[in-house]
Amino acid sequence: MTDATASAAPDAAPRRGKSIVTQDTNTRKRNAAEKRFQTYGMIAIGIGVFFLVALTWSILRSGLPAFTETAVTVEFNLSQEQFDEAESQVLKTAAYEGFFVRALQAQLNEEGAGDVQVEEDAVGRIMGNVGSQIREFYRANQDQLGQEVSFTVPASSRVDRYLNGALSREDLTNSRFLEPEDLDIVDRLVDSGVMANAFDWTFITGTDSGVDNPGGAGIGASVIGSFFMMFVVLVLALPIGVAASIYLEEFAPQNKFTDLIEVNISNLAAVPSIVFGILGLAVFIQFAHLPQSAPLVGGLVLTLMTLPTIIISTRASLKSVPPSIRAAALGVGASQMQAVFHHVLPLAAPGILTGTIIGLAQALGETAPLLLIGMVGFVARQYPDGLASGLLDPNSAMPAQIYTWAARADPAFYEKAWGGIIVLLVFLLFMNALAIFLRRKFERRW
Amino acid sequence: MYDADQNRTENRVGQADIKIAAKNVQVYYGETHAIKDVSVDIEDRLVTAFIGPSGCGKSTFLRCLNRMNDTIPICRVEGDIHIDNEDIYDKRVDPVQLRAKVGMVFQKPNPFPKSIYDNVAYGPKIHGLAKNKSELDDIVERALRRGAIWDEVKDRLDAPGTGLSGGQQQRLCIARAVATEPEVLLMDEPCSALDPIATSQVEELIDELKQNYSVVIVTHSMQQAARVSQKTAFFHLGNLVEYDETEKIFTNPQDSRTESYITGRIG
Repeated sequence: MTDATASAAPDAAPRRGKSIVTQDTNTRKRNAAEKRFQTYGMIAIGIGVFFLVALTWSILRSGLPAFTETAVTVEFNLSQEQFDEAESQVLKTAAYEGFFVRALQAQLNEEGAGDVQVEEDAVGRIMGNVGSQIREFYRANQDQLGQEVSFTVPASSRVDRYLNGALSREDLTNSRFLEPEDLDIVDRLVDSGVMANAFDWTFITGTDSGVDNPGGAGIGASVIGSFFMMFVVLVLALPIGVAASIYLEEFAPQNKFTDLIEVNISNLAAVPSIVFGILGLAVFIQFAHLPQSAPLVGGLVLTLMTLPTIIISTRASLKSVPPSIRAAALGVGASQMQAVFHHVLPLAAPGILTGTIIGLAQALGETAPLLLIGMVGFVARQYPDGLASGLLDPNSAMPAQIYTWAARADPAFYEKAWGGIIVLLVFLLFMNALAIFLRRKFERRW
Repeated sequence: MYDADQNRTENRVGQADIKIAAKNVQVYYGETHAIKDVSVDIEDRLVTAFIGPSGCGKSTFLRCLNRMNDTIPICRVEGDIHIDNEDIYDKRVDPVQLRAKVGMVFQKPNPFPKSIYDNVAYGPKIHGLAKNKSELDDIVERALRRGAIWDEVKDRLDAPGTGLSGGQQQRLCIARAVATEPEVLLMDEPCSALDPIATSQVEELIDELKQNYSVVIVTHSMQQAARVSQKTAFFHLGNLVEYDETEKIFTNPQDSRTESYITGRIG
């Protein structure tokens, strides 16, 4: 005790009359610690920004080519006689291919590139099976016979990649798909303007294609699949989640049972998504016999996943409404339900909406549970033609489609996968922007 | 307390009727015994003040009178509270109807984050007091006039109630409380968040309100109790120590604890 007072006294004494202009050791140490901490913070942010930029750059670099395609546009005029003649042959598509090559050659001559000699084999390698495409068109539109028709035929994915710089002549030495000489033709076609790079609407609106045709693959059908799943999630998870939260937050008695429910909801939010996938497989498909690969089932599984997120955020926003608002409503004789629905819920709405949209965005990007319930449907032909078929017909979803493409051998599909990621990210950014917009618009006003 | 009855007949002309009769009220918060055996008769058409140091139970007792304590799960009320000879803790009583009859104004002004008009119109709307829009308009105007705020807000009834100043907000809350035509008005420290000018406006208002209502006000300010109330109850540690004419409490208290409190020695 005497020691303590003895040591305290000399410490306290020198403080008096000391200049505040010169820093003492203690202050210097504190300031250094503060500066150090700020540096750590800036380093952390720098690392974050670096990865964000690197990620964005690599996504854009790898994904953007998926949105364009190289195509050859040929002016075509097929007479009735040529059509009949071709249809009477045994190798019908080969006949059409001959017409195409002649038309292409004619066009090249016109453009002043007549020195290039195109032949059927090279055209086959550069543009794939042109004949069948032309035949299909004329069989479906016989009224176009004898008229000027402009055909746009996509070049093969290798030509695409050659023009993007992803493929060099040396890579082709042993390729049976494309020969180095073909590239000379390609160069001349590009020079003469017959072959050009254009925005590929097929990628946005199209359906998945066969493994040998990456150029025809589109993400459109899986966007529709994702849309129907989100529709199911919204219709189920929002009312169930909000009702559960309102009951738990405003009405439920505080006891062991409600505590247990609360703990379980928090735990459910942390359950890995693949667990929900296998649960959905067991319950919805094996037990309830709902159709496999259907967006309905995907939506149900994602509903289970999204519910905890919605419940937690809804309860948080209900909690943040000041109790004085409830007291005021009860004080003028509102029932508890009136107090909640007339006063608390409108104030909590922006938080609930934000939470719901974030939950939906999470569900939109979820892949693992979809693989387990077979949501990697191959929808190559058509779009669903209504609500029922949209919900029940096999379809894919954006992340599952990306996964499917990434797993395919052809490097062109790898490019498509990156492109799909860009589309998915655009949707996610849009949803997050909507969440921010709603939060700003209905900002708390008390 | 029994002296008080005699005093009343001596000091007041006319017969005051008992609006609220509380007998042997006990309130428990879990294990804590917050209100100990309080019996008090509150008269109609005058202002009764509850004073006492913080935590003495005056607000708790006030909240028993319109059953706002029901919303606190651990709170338990025993004893009898009668309003107009009806037991408000009777099983058949719907607290919603009770609260329409016993309005409440809170410590902190708490207007709804809606327009001034909607703030006042909300109570009458949910109780079905107005048949049509023009009747509702009349009710709103009457309530705002009684809340002594009509002149200040009549041109901006669509403006948000939360945009008013603190004193205006509190008068708006009083207008909101009287809009449902209550018979009793409970006020829980209505001026504690207000500046002196707003306070005096609210006090004037309370003085006018007593012509139509039985007003019960909880206050920390003894000057305020002396200014606005006719009867005063002094609470201490959950007990009702003394209940009498306000003048008597402040000039000639019977209990030594009351005297210590009003002279500033405890509290």
